[in-house]
Amino acid sequence: MSGGVIPLGLLDLSIAATLVIILAILTWRLQLGMSRSVLIAGLRTVVQLLLLGLLLEYLFASSHPLLIGFLALVMLVVAGREVMARQQRPFSGTWGYGLGTLSMFISSFTITIFALNIIISPQPWYLPQYAIPLLGMMLGNTMTGVALTLDNLTRSAWQQRDIIEQRLMLGQDWRTAICDVSRDSLRTGLIPIINSMAAAGIISIPGMMTGQILGGSSPWDAAKYQILIMFMITAGTGFAAVLASWLGTRRLFDERQRLRLDRLAPKRTD
Amino acid sequence: MSQLELKALQIRHVGPVDLTVSGGTITCVSGESGSGKSILLRAIADMLPHAGDVCLDEQCANTTSPPLWRRQVGLLPAETEWWYETVEEHFTDKDDELLSKMGFAAKTWHWTVSDCSTGERQRLGILRCLSNKPRALLLDEPTASLDPENISRVEQLILEYVKNNKVPVIWVSHSREQIQRIAGVHYKMKDGKLVKQ
Repeated sequence: MSGGVIPLGLLDLSIAATLVIILAILTWRLQLGMSRSVLIAGLRTVVQLLLLGLLLEYLFASSHPLLIGFLALVMLVVAGREVMARQQRPFSGTWGYGLGTLSMFISSFTITIFALNIIISPQPWYLPQYAIPLLGMMLGNTMTGVALTLDNLTRSAWQQRDIIEQRLMLGQDWRTAICDVSRDSLRTGLIPIINSMAAAGIISIPGMMTGQILGGSSPWDAAKYQILIMFMITAGTGFAAVLASWLGTRRLFDERQRLRLDRLAPKRTD
Repeated sequence: MSQLELKALQIRHVGPVDLTVSGGTITCVSGESGSGKSILLRAIADMLPHAGDVCLDEQCANTTSPPLWRRQVGLLPAETEWWYETVEEHFTDKDDELLSKMGFAAKTWHWTVSDCSTGERQRLGILRCLSNKPRALLLDEPTASLDPENISRVEQLILEYVKNNKVPVIWVSHSREQIQRIAGVHYKMKDGKLVKQ
């Protein structure tokens, strides 16, 4: 990388942190009840990103495939937890965690491995400088798509349970009885990524492109990488959301095509 | 002529219930709210996990595809639900004659469901249930939200369907007068059991 980056010191970060603290004070004065969340989230950002930075420094130096695989697994596990936490009524038991995690795993890992081997082809293909940031971006976006889809699916199924059951009573099969709900949930999951594709470059300069330009890459190369990433993310999010919606919808019914809302965990109160 | 047979049907605190309703007869079920009347009807339509089986002549719920079974045992819930905008979109078979017997003009098909009153939705719900040509009827307080004129209209219409098609009926009702008018047999649901009156 030519040009290099202007390194940031502790003082620079402290100045930026002050802005977040001012925001927290403002939300407290407005009685939004969010100042705690703002501060905790801010603190998490600092701790998590610094840890990640340290970890990646070490990982890039060693490049051991097992270590990379382990980190990928940790990322998946955390993303899976996040998907579950973002649902008001997740499925109870292992399904609650497993459904979103499995969908994300199949979709993000397949597409990341595909892109690394067929498109980017670093040597070796699991070179952590490429593999880890790619997978991170995939998981981050897939997570949002899956969480939105599942949250919407289970919440709408709950709200519209009387309609779904009425349709079953009239002799519709389970797929037809819930089709409006599952279609809407999938749409909800896909809207953010479609919007961000449409807005890319005009309304926003995407995060990765910004990073590459700040890091000294030519904007032209950065644009091409961003396009690749956008497509991967869109496909990954889309496939994961479809899979999650399909598995989730199935799980809402039993083998006798009864709506089984007792398979959902009780509503979260926060 | 078909016969509805409940075989040791049990759902949570309700049952086991053994009951035979022969074609063309109406069995009324009354009882306090929460005693399990609706749960029993829902279980017959296989809408709830349950033990035991229900048979319509030779055909039994546990071995019939659920959509087919539910079309045959027309379950009318206490409150009917609508999901499309207009009335007609909810019907596969629009029978103008039946519609007018229920006291509606043909233009009712184009009504917006959200503009209908509770009573109108209830009557249209009964029509929608009958338009599936069910071989048995499970009615959960079908006249609860109706005025006297419409109560007798609905009773007549259902009695006619029952007589013409010889279908067995389980009819949940709270009204003593109605039960006297229509019931062949009357049970009271108590502690999850059916007690003959």
